Amino acid sequence: MMDKADFREILVILVKRWILIFLAIELVFFAIFGTNYLSLRNLQNILLTSTVVLLLATGQTFVIITGGIDLSVGFMVGFSGVICAKVMVTLQAAGISQSVAVSSGIAAALLLGLLPGLINGLLVAKLRVPPFIATFGMYGIAYGFAEIISNNVPIHNLPTLVSSIGHGYLIYWLPEKAFTFFKIPENITRLELQNLVPIVPNVTIIAFIFVAIFAFILAKTRFGQHTYAIGGSVDAAERSGINVKRHLIKVYMISSFFASLAGVCYVLMFITGRAPAGSARLLDAVVAVVIGGASLYGGTGSIGGTIIGVLIIGVLEIGLVNLGVPTYNLYIAVGCILILAVLVDQFLPKLVHGKD
Amino acid sequence: MEPLLEVKNITKRFGGLIAVDNMDMKIFPGEVVGLLGDNGAGKSTLIKVISGVYRANKGKIFFAGKETRIDNPMHALKIGIETIYQDLALAENLNVYSNIFLGREKLKRFLGLIKILDHDYMLSESRKVLDQLEIEVPSLKKQIRTLSGGQRQAVAISRSIYWDAKLLIMDEPTAALGVVEQKNVLNLIKTLSSQDIPVLIISHQLHDVFSVATRLLIMRRGKKIAERMTKETTTDEIVGLIVGSIPGDYDHVNTDASKGSDVNRRHFASRSGKNHRSKQNQG
Repeated sequence: MMDKADFREILVILVKRWILIFLAIELVFFAIFGTNYLSLRNLQNILLTSTVVLLLATGQTFVIITGGIDLSVGFMVGFSGVICAKVMVTLQAAGISQSVAVSSGIAAALLLGLLPGLINGLLVAKLRVPPFIATFGMYGIAYGFAEIISNNVPIHNLPTLVSSIGHGYLIYWLPEKAFTFFKIPENITRLELQNLVPIVPNVTIIAFIFVAIFAFILAKTRFGQHTYAIGGSVDAAERSGINVKRHLIKVYMISSFFASLAGVCYVLMFITGRAPAGSARLLDAVVAVVIGGASLYGGTGSIGGTIIGVLIIGVLEIGLVNLGVPTYNLYIAVGCILILAVLVDQFLPKLVHGKD
Repeated sequence: MEPLLEVKNITKRFGGLIAVDNMDMKIFPGEVVGLLGDNGAGKSTLIKVISGVYRANKGKIFFAGKETRIDNPMHALKIGIETIYQDLALAENLNVYSNIFLGREKLKRFLGLIKILDHDYMLSESRKVLDQLEIEVPSLKKQIRTLSGGQRQAVAISRSIYWDAKLLIMDEPTAALGVVEQKNVLNLIKTLSSQDIPVLIISHQLHDVFSVATRLLIMRRGKKIAERMTKETTTDEIVGLIVGSIPGDYDHVNTDASKGSDVNRRHFASRSGKNHRSKQNQG
């Protein structure tokens, strides 16, 4: 016989792992009702669709752990994407080689992308503007500048190198014949091309490298520890000699760095720079972080949790497309998941510690 | 014996208000000193001057025999003056040993180049200091938020001791605690003084102060008005000195004793039992 305490313990364990269970249920559901849902192509599609959200959510995780929020990242994607595309197009028109044009575009986007984060950080840390307001202001400003830079039209005609990076894969595998890295095997027939299996998109690799680095920083280093400490108690952090203001500025810069990287990945994937790109992904990013176990009050959260949160949204999104359900239903589903996540966050401690 | 800390003629003004007025104080190694006074007597301001939160307008501070300027809280920590405020300044979301090492984390090299947190070292060092102080905490890997008030207080004290506190200042250490926990914290203070670390306590709980302090300093209106050895006085005398119904030793013209001392006494009595919060604002 299982007594009541045991039952509660099991319940607590299940609820604590609810995001993993939720993800598994999603996968099983779509595997049963979808078509070819668990195929390699479809799974890679989930990764590709999730790239922008994953990057935004990783930066956002740092900010939310400190007890803040960064709303500017929505339009930061468009801002840095437009800069990236504009620089590439301009340099290409000036007759500069593709590789230089592409790398300059990426470098310019990443560097200028740090600026809004610096301003956000200064406003929040030094001038004590509430994060919600400071970054919401920056949200509008970034969008406005993106429209100015792009003259209100999407920037097309990027160097062809962009699409070969953005649409490329790490491994190409022709069963029983060829196995190459980064390049399609040479001398293959049209029929063979159809059977070619591309494995792991380049963009996913780029994203995961940075996500892994920052996951390590958050979990293992002094910087990460101080990020949690500030979220737990600014007073305690300050009196322990942590330079809280400087730390917060760095955290907002990390967030805008990831948003810029998301902008660059957007350009690589869609071969265009658009001002409104990624604005709809702001909600997804915040939801992913909160599902992943971060509290909006600060002090908790992890990149691992955030990745699962991102996957829950990505699996759902591709699943709805797979079932032929109109994608606007995604917003309803994501909104519901957010509220569920917050409710779990609210009531889990009570369940764990009991009511007595 | 030479005092560890000596303050001379300390004066701190806030605009027209003189919070601390020409204050002298000495603290010797291994003693527990109770700093007493009604709300607004200047106790908190005085300890904030010593711990570097405020700069005195006038006066000198000598620490371990040398004249010292304490410009900011970090400077105070560096020379060994640790202050534990009522809110303890612990990060509730971090575990016990992370709090003890907060801001001064021990690092080790990972793959020869990257510096990462050395959890094992911090855990074992924290264990040592808790054992030294005979503190029992269920697990050093537990978050602070799962601990009781007394255990948190003990963690805050351990942190100060680990970082080589030469003088510990405690603001209302027992105010938020249950009866058993109060006793544990008071025992801890005795342990500290037996290890030659002097403790300066501010508290409204006269009973607690009497049970640990060897010497009492009484402040009124920013001035030190009396000093007593605990053994040679009574709570009645101390209350009288605090509220002004008994003239202070250094009052040459005692003006406030005549003005409605009964009102003052009642005022103090009503405050003394409560959990008086003196929240400090920094930065």
